[in-house]
Amino acid sequence: MSELLQNLIDGLGRGSIYALLALGVAVVFGIMHLLNFAHGELITIPGYLTYWAFNNGWNWWTVVPLIVVSAVITSLIIERVAFSRVRGASDFTLLLTSFGVHFIVSAGFLLYVSASVKPYPRPTWFAKTLAVGSLNIEVFDLVVIAVTVVVLAGTTWLLQRTMFGLALRAAAADFDAARLMGVKSDSVIRGAFALSGFLAGIAGVFWIMREGQVTPTAGINPMLQGVLAALIGGLGSLRGAVLGGLALGLAEVLLRSWLPVGIQNLTTGFVFVMIALLFIFRPGGLLSVPQVERV
Amino acid sequence: MLEVSGLTTTYGAIAALRDAHLTVGEGEVVGLIGPNGAGKTTLLGSIAGLLPISSGTISFDGSDITSTAPEKILRSGLALVPEHRRIFSDMTVEENLKIGGVIRKASERAEMLEEMAELFPVLRDKWDTAAGYMSGGEAQQLAIARALMSKPKLIMMDEPSLGLAPILVDLVFELLETLRSQGRTILVVEQNATRMLEVADRAYVLRSGEIVADGTGQELLARSDLFDTFVGG
Repeated sequence: MSELLQNLIDGLGRGSIYALLALGVAVVFGIMHLLNFAHGELITIPGYLTYWAFNNGWNWWTVVPLIVVSAVITSLIIERVAFSRVRGASDFTLLLTSFGVHFIVSAGFLLYVSASVKPYPRPTWFAKTLAVGSLNIEVFDLVVIAVTVVVLAGTTWLLQRTMFGLALRAAAADFDAARLMGVKSDSVIRGAFALSGFLAGIAGVFWIMREGQVTPTAGINPMLQGVLAALIGGLGSLRGAVLGGLALGLAEVLLRSWLPVGIQNLTTGFVFVMIALLFIFRPGGLLSVPQVERV
Repeated sequence: MLEVSGLTTTYGAIAALRDAHLTVGEGEVVGLIGPNGAGKTTLLGSIAGLLPISSGTISFDGSDITSTAPEKILRSGLALVPEHRRIFSDMTVEENLKIGGVIRKASERAEMLEEMAELFPVLRDKWDTAAGYMSGGEAQQLAIARALMSKPKLIMMDEPSLGLAPILVDLVFELLETLRSQGRTILVVEQNATRMLEVADRAYVLRSGEIVADGTGQELLARSDLFDTFVGG
């Protein structure tokens, strides 16, 4: 029982990070039908900045805001430099463009920084655990879950209660109709990328802390988890993205603890099998949204 | 107020609209009638900036709005109630209206919300309902109210009575009368030609992408050669 509880908390901690990444993917997909395979660069670039900052005497108190701000700026720059030029193109063109961005960024770090692993210190409280009864809860998981709850509440407020949120939802539902109401396409798209970058930045803080190192391809895993979680939840559904992230985190942790000792390394494989099964029975994901044809 | 001259819009090799000339003066209610596929929706879409035009110019309120982004055209005071209404079905009635007033200040938007609740009692009853759950007639009223939220100088409506039960069609025409009595400038595409001609100050008849006649409602109703236009479509 206590093992299960501990796994649940561990899974929710992991899942929270995935949920934030997936939500960022879903926000951008909703607004311009772009499945952003460059979403991981919002962690790679802040990751290298983290490495640089620690070499220049910064500490986590200053690095955390650096990660969030740099993720937002990176997201806006990528939109400006790459995606704004292919707006309205086919979904496939958008997809390829995002791949291109990913490869250019990782090749850039490979060529001009280094192929080797760049380490930096984890926060001192990272490995601490909290004994609650028979449970040993990782402080890190608790912090991740608490921050995610706050960020999701804030995002919900933004989407439900502000004019920017209404414009974003209207544009995601029917882009041209929103423009007919006077919603500026530039502002709403940039706003979506800024929000996506912010969410990736918060997820990035925890991802970067946990990794303790950065490489040119550091963005691949967070991108894959974010995109997968968004797909599991049902692409285009923001609630689905959060749900998908949590489900993916829980599935990983629970499978790892349930699988026999010899095949625990196959956890990822089993997760993919489960995802395949999900798509056989629910091709649209957990909360599928009806696809609206764009003209 | 609105002046369209020599407007041609093509889809691929097909000209959906050829050399269209049209004017709407301040305070006028102008109808645009003609059979299905005549290019009525194309004309409104071109004016609103939704469709790329091939040639011609559109000026509104003294400035050239040819090939301008839809959001800029709306901001200059020209609103379109689009074909099929295109309301945001997952959003509530209130949220739909708020988006309609996105270009206005919060205080002005609040005033307009009050005004719309008064003008459309049906909407007030469904204020917090997702718009997708409304009937066709209610949705049409929402679409019109949403466009009015921006306080447009000219409002264009594409087939406001399409797909509505006869009693609701009456309602739409009553609404047109109300809007006219408020001195609003309106350009309406209507399939219901005879009724439109009774309401409109002037009207244009479109056929196969060309404007083939124009005049006051009475003049057009008297023209027997246009009879098929009135009963068809």
